[in-house]
Amino acid sequence: MKPFTYERADSPAAAAAAAARNPGSRFIAGGTNLLDLMKLQIETPPHLVDVTGLKLDRIDKTDDGGLRIGALVRNTDLAADDRVRRDYGVLSRALLAGASGQLRNMATTAGNLLQRTRCPYFYDTNMPCNKRTPGSGCSAIGGYSRQLAVVGSSGSCIATHPSDMAVAMRALDAMVETVRSDGSTRTIPIADFHRLPGETPHIDTNLAPAELITAVTLPKPLGGKHIYKKVRDRASYAFALISVAAVIGKDGKGRVTIGGVAHKPWRVDAADAQLPQGAKATAQALFADAKPTKDNAYKIPLVERTLGVVLAQAGAKS
Amino acid sequence: MKFDTPATTNPIDQLKIVGKPVDRIDGPLKTTGTASYAYERHDVAANPAYGHILGSAIAKGRIASIDTREAIAAPGVLAVVTAQNAGALMKGDFNTAKLLAGPEVQHYHQAVALVVAETFEQARAAAGLIKVDYTRADGAYDLEKAKSSATKPKDMDGDAPDSKVGDFASAFAAAPVQIDATYHTPDVSHAMMEPHASIAAWKGDELSLWTSNQMIDWGRGDVAKTLGIPKDKVHLSSPYIGGGFGGKLFVRSDAILAALGARAAKRPVKVALQRALVANNTTHRPATIQRVRIGASRDGKITAIAHENWSGDLPGGGPDSSVQQTRMLYAAPNRMTATRLAVLDLPESNAMRAPGEATGHMALEVAMDEMAEKLGMDPVQFRILNDSQVVPDDNGKTDRPFSQRQLVECLRQGADTFGWTGRNAKPAQRREGDWLIGMGVASAYRGAPTQKSGARVRLDGSGMVTVETDMTDIGTGSYTIIAQTAAEMMGVPLDKVVVKLGDTAYPVSAGSGGQWGAASSTAGVYAACTKLREAVATKLGFSTADVTFADGKVSSAGRSVALGEAAGPGGLVAEDTMEFGDLSEKYQHSTFGAHFVEVAVDMHTCEVRLRRMLAVCAAGRILNPKSARSQVIGAMTMGAGAALMEELAVDNRFGFFVNHDLAGYEVPVHADIPHQDVVFLDETDPTVSPMKAKGVGELGICGVAAAVANAIYNATGVRVREYPITLDKLISQMPALV
Repeated sequence: MKPFTYERADSPAAAAAAAARNPGSRFIAGGTNLLDLMKLQIETPPHLVDVTGLKLDRIDKTDDGGLRIGALVRNTDLAADDRVRRDYGVLSRALLAGASGQLRNMATTAGNLLQRTRCPYFYDTNMPCNKRTPGSGCSAIGGYSRQLAVVGSSGSCIATHPSDMAVAMRALDAMVETVRSDGSTRTIPIADFHRLPGETPHIDTNLAPAELITAVTLPKPLGGKHIYKKVRDRASYAFALISVAAVIGKDGKGRVTIGGVAHKPWRVDAADAQLPQGAKATAQALFADAKPTKDNAYKIPLVERTLGVVLAQAGAKS
Repeated sequence: MKFDTPATTNPIDQLKIVGKPVDRIDGPLKTTGTASYAYERHDVAANPAYGHILGSAIAKGRIASIDTREAIAAPGVLAVVTAQNAGALMKGDFNTAKLLAGPEVQHYHQAVALVVAETFEQARAAAGLIKVDYTRADGAYDLEKAKSSATKPKDMDGDAPDSKVGDFASAFAAAPVQIDATYHTPDVSHAMMEPHASIAAWKGDELSLWTSNQMIDWGRGDVAKTLGIPKDKVHLSSPYIGGGFGGKLFVRSDAILAALGARAAKRPVKVALQRALVANNTTHRPATIQRVRIGASRDGKITAIAHENWSGDLPGGGPDSSVQQTRMLYAAPNRMTATRLAVLDLPESNAMRAPGEATGHMALEVAMDEMAEKLGMDPVQFRILNDSQVVPDDNGKTDRPFSQRQLVECLRQGADTFGWTGRNAKPAQRREGDWLIGMGVASAYRGAPTQKSGARVRLDGSGMVTVETDMTDIGTGSYTIIAQTAAEMMGVPLDKVVVKLGDTAYPVSAGSGGQWGAASSTAGVYAACTKLREAVATKLGFSTADVTFADGKVSSAGRSVALGEAAGPGGLVAEDTMEFGDLSEKYQHSTFGAHFVEVAVDMHTCEVRLRRMLAVCAAGRILNPKSARSQVIGAMTMGAGAALMEELAVDNRFGFFVNHDLAGYEVPVHADIPHQDVVFLDETDPTVSPMKAKGVGELGICGVAAAVANAIYNATGVRVREYPITLDKLISQMPALV
């Protein structure tokens, strides 16, 4: 860990301003990912802005009947919220499929969206990694890639986004509310929040420097069956090999987002349109442009098979 | 005391305390966090500085230059140790690679420097400032590629690498039913909860190390040899060990670099290996490629059996002895085994829980399942039919008996207890919802070696008995079974016994390894207690022939004296070492078992989840059924990990284990292990030791992974011969979804 300076912010705008005053700084809340990365010198921020005092820990109804989830709402609390469990089951289930009880107690909503890849080459500072050290190359390509991306990847990076929660958020079309250092606010659709790696895999999201997430909003309840199915090597406390977040209506129409296959939660409009046709057609649309490695090609049939059981559970054509 | 004739009735046979499922005496310390592990020995060395190890960024090559100036100038830094300033270092007898690289680098994450600083954070930050310029050399990292260059090693854990009985080739060719299959097991990590850790302090030319080590006397010798100082100037203390599994049999870089750091900083220094270094800086169980061929008559009698194994290690290292159990388990007149070793430039391989058998069963016991199916026989019956009561392949001899062999009884009782008759011999027939259900079985074999072991026993004026031995407790329950032994021998309750372990100040013991610890160390305590009993009797003028020790009193011919009174204010001390004669040559000392497993495989996602596990063990007298059960269920869990998820992934380009943390290297969690049962068969083996006991901690892992693999086959009809059996290996062959 490199020495760093630290301050506590007393308002979201002040936090963003503090970050802007200290280029390269990071916001810290639960710290479940950032601290590990700092200990390993994968992240070396010169300055931390502690946002835990910002009181962004409420879940409120929005005017249009949705929910506004404060950026600091803990994963445990979000998963247990009655409204989330009733109206956004896919989100509650995704949260509970992630990490461990202890981690969920610490991890926050915004921090979960911002967690970094678990690509093992990103984690080993002796290895080239364009995400960690831009321009150094990607050692995962041609290396151990069993858990890495099969779609949306680039010649610079085949990392995946590790979150479960974000996969459900994407299926729900959540919106990310932010504040910038000049005090202005904006709302970013979750579809545009995470990025594909392209030539700049070191940039995970479309947040501007010093831009702070204040809340994530969910649209009014969608109805339908909410399913989150996570497939992993061990029964608990493991990152997804693949996961499926689905909201399926009685008519078989709905939306589906796949985790563990790409640099961001993977949702394709054309695939949603294929849902009434079943898993095979949907998977074909999801992976039309897939570029799997020998080690991770299994993910494509695995998603198709998992989609099949998810659609069957929803009472739709599988 | 020398043990060279089978034991007759002795005080242990009273079984007032030995053989009882008593709670472990160190349990309260561990559950309250007050058992002090190496890194938390806050009371032993004042004002320790902190050391942080920098591991090599390359697998093979040389350090062209190393610039430590910035690190030395960093806040709080007291010293930086590298090969350039460490002085001459030898290689320990038990190490394959050196513990400090430079200029040559032998493997990835081999230590290249230690930074010593006032705080841990300062040491870690400064380690990041060291600039190392490496010259990479080409290395061999791929066992499959190196296989053709493998050669016959000098030996295989003390046995001949090859063996031969009859004429395998002709008999196999003539066999009407044959199986010829090749299996792959991956490199795996001990992944113990407590990483290797040491505190070092010098007093003049004497070094004290508070460390985490399974073998105190080996460690003392290798520390002395590595540093070039006399053995009697080295003191080791390792009373509590947070898991070892063979990974702490040997001195590692934490101990040597702590010693060097303390010398350089002129302060006590503490060093723990960061988690990432456990995989690549220390030892691991090597990957194997195993070919098994079995030929049988149509009625299921094995006529020919062969087991060949290939593994790799650094130059000077040794092979995995995967063929061992194949020389021991099944009868067959024609047989051969062969062991070959390739040179690989991966981190050094070495012992891990049941070295040899742990991997060997993963091949042999699946081959037996495949053969039973080919023969149309039940796999339990097939094994029973081919049982042997003599050692089938014993360096050419075929008449040496086992002292005890209850393999058939283990299989029968296990089948009965587990409900084996409910298994459908035809795979992929049993379905519950989305789950395909299957059952598997495997035999279990592991040797029951004994090693010379010493102890000292003190009796004080209050009647307290204190046992001192350098035996270690690596979570196994050594404290408790040693206390039980002393209590039984001296006729006192358990709370009148204090046990002190793991220190060079105490008599040299067998240590913890090879599943020899329990039987050997308690035999050493038996010997010392026998001497103490004689000393008590002699002091009181009692005849040793009819003296009894019970209820805290010593009695003879109508006289009875409280033990404390007998000892007097000065107390009495006795010390002895149990040495073992040639009974283990006359008889093969072994433990046997049978593992039964039921799995469920998700027919959509192909995820494998265990449902039930059962182990039936025949392993001599069980000294404490509770701690023995804990050993076996722990071993079963480790076997489940080997079957389903554990693999150090090799990057063949950079030559290292990629998934070197506990997020990437998955071991089973509670949710993976829903139900385990353990049955111990009644057995006392008077030819092993006066305790009539053997070990169980390694028997428990032997065969588990094969039983899981066989259950997966029974569930799905998919035979995977490459461990771990992850869903990606099943998915393309799964039965059609209906």
